[in-house]
Amino acid sequence: MTGPAVETKLACRNLWKVFGDGADRAFSRSRGETEQKVATLRGGGLIPAVSDVSFDVAEGECLVIMGLSGSGKSTLVRCLSRLVEPTAGEVIFEGRDLMKLSGAELTEVRRHKMGMVFQSFGLLPHLTVLENVAFPLRIQGKGDADRRRRAAEMIGLVGLSGREDAFPHQLSGGQQQRVGIARSLAVGPDLWFLDEPFSALDPLIRKQMQDEFLRLQHTLKKTIVFITHDFLEALKIADRVVIMRDGRVVQIGRPADLVLSPADEYVARFVADVPLLRVITAGDIEEPVPVSLSTNGSVSRDAPLESLLAKLAEVDALPIVESGKVVGQVTTHGLMKAVAAASARADRGWSLERA
Amino acid sequence: MAWAAVALFILWCETGGRSVPQMHLFPAAWTLPIHQWIGEAFAAFTGPSQWLFRGATAALQAPLSALQAMLGALPWAVLATGAILLAYRASGWRLAMFAAAASAYVLVGGYWSPTMNTLAAVALATPLAVLSGFGLGVLGYRRRWARDVILGLLEMMQTIPTFAYLIPILVLFGFGPVVGIVASAIYALGPMAQNTMLGLAQVPPSIREAGLMCGCTDRQMFWRVEFPSARRQLLVGVNQTVMAVFAMVIIAAVIGGSDDIGFRVLQTMRQAQFGQGLLSGLVIALLAILIDRITAGFAAKAGKGARASRAWFMLAAAALLGLYLAAQVAPALDRFPSEWAFSPAETLNGWLLAFVARFGDAMTAFKNAVIFFLMLPLRIGLIKAVSPFTWGFALTPVMIAGFWAVVGIMAGAALLIGGRWRLSCAILCAGWLLFFGTTGVAWIGFAAVILLLSYQLGGARLLAFATAAIAFIALSGSWADTMQSLYLCALAVVICILGGGALGVWAAENDRVSAFLRPILDALQTMPQFVLLIPALMLFQVGEFTALIAIVIYAIVPPIRYVEHGVRGASPEIVEAARQMGCSRLQILRHVKLPMARPSIMLGVNQTILSALSMLAIAALVGTQGLAQAIYVALSRADAGKGLVAGLSIACVAMLSDRMLKAVSRRA
Ligand SMILES: Nc1ncnc2c1ncn2[C@@H]1O[C@H](COP(=O)(O)OP(=O)(O)OP(=O)(O)O)[C@@H](O)[C@H]1O
Ligand SMILES: [Mg+2]
Repeated sequence: MTGPAVETKLACRNLWKVFGDGADRAFSRSRGETEQKVATLRGGGLIPAVSDVSFDVAEGECLVIMGLSGSGKSTLVRCLSRLVEPTAGEVIFEGRDLMKLSGAELTEVRRHKMGMVFQSFGLLPHLTVLENVAFPLRIQGKGDADRRRRAAEMIGLVGLSGREDAFPHQLSGGQQQRVGIARSLAVGPDLWFLDEPFSALDPLIRKQMQDEFLRLQHTLKKTIVFITHDFLEALKIADRVVIMRDGRVVQIGRPADLVLSPADEYVARFVADVPLLRVITAGDIEEPVPVSLSTNGSVSRDAPLESLLAKLAEVDALPIVESGKVVGQVTTHGLMKAVAAASARADRGWSLERA
Repeated sequence: MAWAAVALFILWCETGGRSVPQMHLFPAAWTLPIHQWIGEAFAAFTGPSQWLFRGATAALQAPLSALQAMLGALPWAVLATGAILLAYRASGWRLAMFAAAASAYVLVGGYWSPTMNTLAAVALATPLAVLSGFGLGVLGYRRRWARDVILGLLEMMQTIPTFAYLIPILVLFGFGPVVGIVASAIYALGPMAQNTMLGLAQVPPSIREAGLMCGCTDRQMFWRVEFPSARRQLLVGVNQTVMAVFAMVIIAAVIGGSDDIGFRVLQTMRQAQFGQGLLSGLVIALLAILIDRITAGFAAKAGKGARASRAWFMLAAAALLGLYLAAQVAPALDRFPSEWAFSPAETLNGWLLAFVARFGDAMTAFKNAVIFFLMLPLRIGLIKAVSPFTWGFALTPVMIAGFWAVVGIMAGAALLIGGRWRLSCAILCAGWLLFFGTTGVAWIGFAAVILLLSYQLGGARLLAFATAAIAFIALSGSWADTMQSLYLCALAVVICILGGGALGVWAAENDRVSAFLRPILDALQTMPQFVLLIPALMLFQVGEFTALIAIVIYAIVPPIRYVEHGVRGASPEIVEAARQMGCSRLQILRHVKLPMARPSIMLGVNQTILSALSMLAIAALVGTQGLAQAIYVALSRADAGKGLVAGLSIACVAMLSDRMLKAVSRRA
């Protein structure tokens, strides 16, 4: 997100969700900083699944939420759509505080503005593919013909044409998730939540679904909140990544930021087996230009290092060119240093994990 | 330590304490007139609200008559074809063939009209049970407090014997076929309520969340998302409900007395026309299997979301309509021609007579042997059972000493050599029971054993429950009856577990045996319990022995099933590992499979006890003493208080044994 500031689509401010009996009262009585509150709540036998989380999602951005199992990712996105009632905090969607909406208003927002894809698909077993995709439209009371047309269109979009009359149990996992995706898109939502949509699929299908997802996003340009615990997946699709740990946000940033300057060991461990050369871009290891450098063999700032290797084997430095002007350079030396530092961090993370 | 104290206490009770009669027989002076209270409370409730219930009776009578008239008026060809088509839809051509055969049997045997009357009652009671059970289930699913209340009530309802229900309903609703319907509807709403709660609770959260994200309102959420997603479980509930209704409608013939198939069976049994009894009993068996398979077939299908094409329905409807029209011109399709009917009842009676003439002596000898050497000692104790008349000699003090010496040596050996003090306690208890009989042991000693056992198994909670149960039984004056029933049940349970367990192991080790047993077990399990009385009665006449046989036939199913399931379920890798280590087949069974099957076996034991208790109540029809008979007598006198007290006593025994066994499995 280096371009000009775009409109914020969704934001949350100091969002909390505490599970357990009497969570609300216990929370309103707890005092002090976040750390302290979390400790008091835990001490009281409660589970602070989301603690004091704030971030913005810009229009058209793809924000990925990552974290280990149980770190509160699912709870967090469910708070964003109020499937789970947050204990405290604000969720601002298109300038309106979702927390202040009545039940009916919230239903309206969900009907028209939000779509969600679930890890375990959540398809209705008694409906066919077509009826499943048309389900949200039926709930809105749309006419039969309208519904069928729109659903068929969505089914085509996810590449399932011809299976309209199948029942979910007759489909493979990948196909079921396509139905889930088609259903979530049927109402043309502005905001799209995906909770580990591909985790239940085998690696090959997962890769295929990711590519498909990218293709869809390329044409649809939705605002997306995407959960995964697979950093490679995040790398592929994310504009920015939020790393969560025990309900708290540890770091927010572009994938390369996380690799080059992880906030702590936890983040470092997450990015440990990333193909560094694919994540780090020329801009990340940009150095000032000495005197003058010809624009021969110039590269752009967001070119991954992987693509520079062949050229850097020939020359020591390559110019970085933005809008026709040389703004910096990439040197073999700089590349080596960056990669060495990153892999050292990754190793440390790895050995920590083993310990 | 505690056990030693109890043993000493019992020793004192049975020797020195004999002079204190309160220790021995629960004194009548201590009992409370609980049955009177219940009777009075009931009367106070019935008096002012009688018009309501009698009104309900009248209101139900109209649709029942209408249904009976309709089923009676429709040509048999249409109904039979309808049944066959339904069976085909539910699970294919094999069931359709079965439906055809069953219809043919009913028609040819001349049971069509009573069968239709029974079906009319089932058709009326089922929707009542399904709807009210569903309503309760939804309430229980939505409200936590309601769920606890409902589950508690359902547990009680499932353990109170069927006849005990009939009594208050009889008092409220009066005599007649409607009583059967009300009783069935109430009795059968349990499974529906339970399956509704289960089904709704099992709807995956992601489906519910998907519904929310689609913007469902509460009502849309329930009817469009939760209800259809729970459909399979709901249909399982319908299946169980229909079966329960059916069983109850049959039993209600005892008081109902309309011309339905249950009444036919009862009547023939009372007149000792066993050939007829067997033939009409077979109608019930066939109907039960058919109804079960059809509803179960639809339930199984619902999980897959397959749908029938509209064309199929049109075709089926056209065929039925065609048959109806054809029946208007061809009377043979309308009323089944009586010259086609054929009943081998007399032949069967002849065979039975010949059989009894041929084997009667051997069977009587067997029966007497079991009664004198097994049942009597257990009931009144060796001390009374052994007499010159039965055993051929009288018990001398030397023999008594010898008996106790054997018991003592076995218990001592278990304790000292095996180091298993629990086994040693069990041996002592068994010896004690055998010597004095369940009806002869000091009540206070028996109660002490049960209480201590409950405490050791389940702690203070179970102890409290056991105390309450024992207090209820004793104070209501049912102690003696309970011990009477207990001996019969205990004997049946032991026979079932030994015999059924062996069969189960055999079936698990041998596929052929398993394949042979399965349909028999299926049939036994679907059959209304009432039907099982017929063969036992036929061969052994009225008496406790017949009751024992009937209980064993019914209650042997769960041990076979659960043991086979458990033994077969033993993890193949571990079995393989054992074989690799060189275990013989028997060793594998003894050291690997049976220990691994333990949880399943415990469940089986639990089910066996519950089945035996529920069959006990039905077996009262063929002559038992004790609680079941008390209920039966109360039923004939419409005495709600006595009937409920006896019913609740059985429920107490059932719930207590259930809890104790569950505690055992938890500890394991
Ligand atoms: N309904 C609930 N009641 C109580 N605790 C809950 C509930 N839902 C979640 N939790 C707890 O909140 C914490 C966060 O759960 P959450 O499902 O959000 O984790 P997650 O990051 O999505 O994990 P995963 O990767 O396994 O999906 C966990 O400790 C979980 O046990
Ligand atoms: Mg999750």
